[in-house]
Amino acid sequence: MQIQELFEALKKKFGDQVLELATPASGEPSVTVSAQAVQEVALFCREDSSLEFDQLMCLSGVDYPPEHLAVVYHLHSSTKHHRLVLKAMVPRQEPKLPTVSRVWRTANWHEREAYDLFGIVFTGHANLRRILLPQDWVGYPLRKDYVFPTEYRGIKCHD
Amino acid sequence: MTSSREFRSQEIYVNMGPQHPSTHGVLRLMLRTDGEIVSDVAPMIGYLHRCAEKYGESGTYQMMIPYTDRMDYLAGMNCNWAYCLAVEKLGNVVVPERAEYIRILVGELNRIASHLIAFGTYGLDLGAFTPFFYALDEREKILDLFEMVCGARLTYSYFRIGGVAADLPEGWVKRCHEFIDFFRKRIDEFNELLTYNYIFIRRTANIGVIPANMAVDYGCTGPVLRGSGMRRDTRVDEPYGLYPRLRFHIPIGMGEKGSVGDCWDRYMVRIREMEQSCDIIKQVLKSMPEKGDVRAKVPKAFKPPKGEVYVRSESSKGELGFYLISDGTDRPYRVKARSPSLSNLCVLPAISDGMMIADLVATLGSLDIVMGEIDR
Repeated sequence: MQIQELFEALKKKFGDQVLELATPASGEPSVTVSAQAVQEVALFCREDSSLEFDQLMCLSGVDYPPEHLAVVYHLHSSTKHHRLVLKAMVPRQEPKLPTVSRVWRTANWHEREAYDLFGIVFTGHANLRRILLPQDWVGYPLRKDYVFPTEYRGIKCHD
Repeated sequence: MTSSREFRSQEIYVNMGPQHPSTHGVLRLMLRTDGEIVSDVAPMIGYLHRCAEKYGESGTYQMMIPYTDRMDYLAGMNCNWAYCLAVEKLGNVVVPERAEYIRILVGELNRIASHLIAFGTYGLDLGAFTPFFYALDEREKILDLFEMVCGARLTYSYFRIGGVAADLPEGWVKRCHEFIDFFRKRIDEFNELLTYNYIFIRRTANIGVIPANMAVDYGCTGPVLRGSGMRRDTRVDEPYGLYPRLRFHIPIGMGEKGSVGDCWDRYMVRIREMEQSCDIIKQVLKSMPEKGDVRAKVPKAFKPPKGEVYVRSESSKGELGFYLISDGTDRPYRVKARSPSLSNLCVLPAISDGMMIADLVATLGSLDIVMGEIDR
């Protein structure tokens, strides 16, 4: 399916929850959905017989200061051979959205990574702890306004 | 499994790693065990975390290339390639034909080198010492070839946006030919040495079985997914470079010694991929143009237009993807590396319930993870 058809299929099912289709002049098109609906949309994408997105290739956080954080889902269907980029925006003040780790198991670690490095909270996640950084680390390094610490537990780490 | 439950006595927690030799780098596994039987595994990762993605954002597009080497340090060429592919797609750069052929040559040689390490260390994990030396011996020859093209033996940084750093030196093609002809026969010796060894088969067949649907659900790719019987390979499914011109076969696990998706299947997929890589290299050496540009003209201040791409490629461990966002400046707005080893490792807790500790070592080795790329 082409991106336009995918967008219409989602729009038909979820109505206002599907916000926009972005088709930039360069790069990949993407569909933005409401953050609160992301779990239902994900489940529909995987289960619907015309979509069958069985593979979550990548889940990334992106920081768009001053207002938003985004979560980007790259989906691929190995049976239908099409792909889809789903996006959900969350406010930076309260970055919360439902987990998709029960839709695709691989999302479990990817969401932990996004939590670790961006501070995005995935509600309903079974084990939302830091995954790459130490548990007592302060701050979220991949945010654009992150200030590097000068020391960690007595180890000097930045001049 | 059920019978072992009846004898349950006291459970204890054991740390395996981060310095345990069989964890292939600094990986820590928290095991909950009852005697020798594992009831829960929690991988603890992050010991090698360098926040490479932050580095990517703070430098120009070209400056990220050396960091990609250090992700999967056993297949640096493939990591370079994946990143360059993404940048080229973002900036609509066309790579010259000869450069594309050189990329396939070094990429496939690196795949062989990486699988040789997987083969050798897997033997070590299971107590077979000799195959490791055979594997390293051959790998050295590949590293010699790499040293000829770029001067480095581990972190190559040989790829550039729009091509490769330099043309192949004189005499390289001949040496590559000689190596491939020799190595192809060598694989049969590897098989005699380890693959069909009775003890090895008993240690790997029917151990750590990953069913195909579970492998997809956990995002496994590469030899792990193919070992579970799924014929998926990015080189064919979403071809890049000049792969569509080449003829090769995608080996999958068929449950020859046990059931589909066991450790032996995953191991065997790698051995057969080495054969396929040899065939690919032979075809390339035959059909590549004698002369030509190896690098497209790309300005130093390279500014791709605003936009974003997710490009995946088949590294030796599986699907290596880069998600890049450009804001129109000479620095990427966001660089995200989707590493195959991360997803391949996260399936481990799901398949290790009720396993013996020794079998856990066999299973972990068969996943062939590299911590540099998991932690980034």
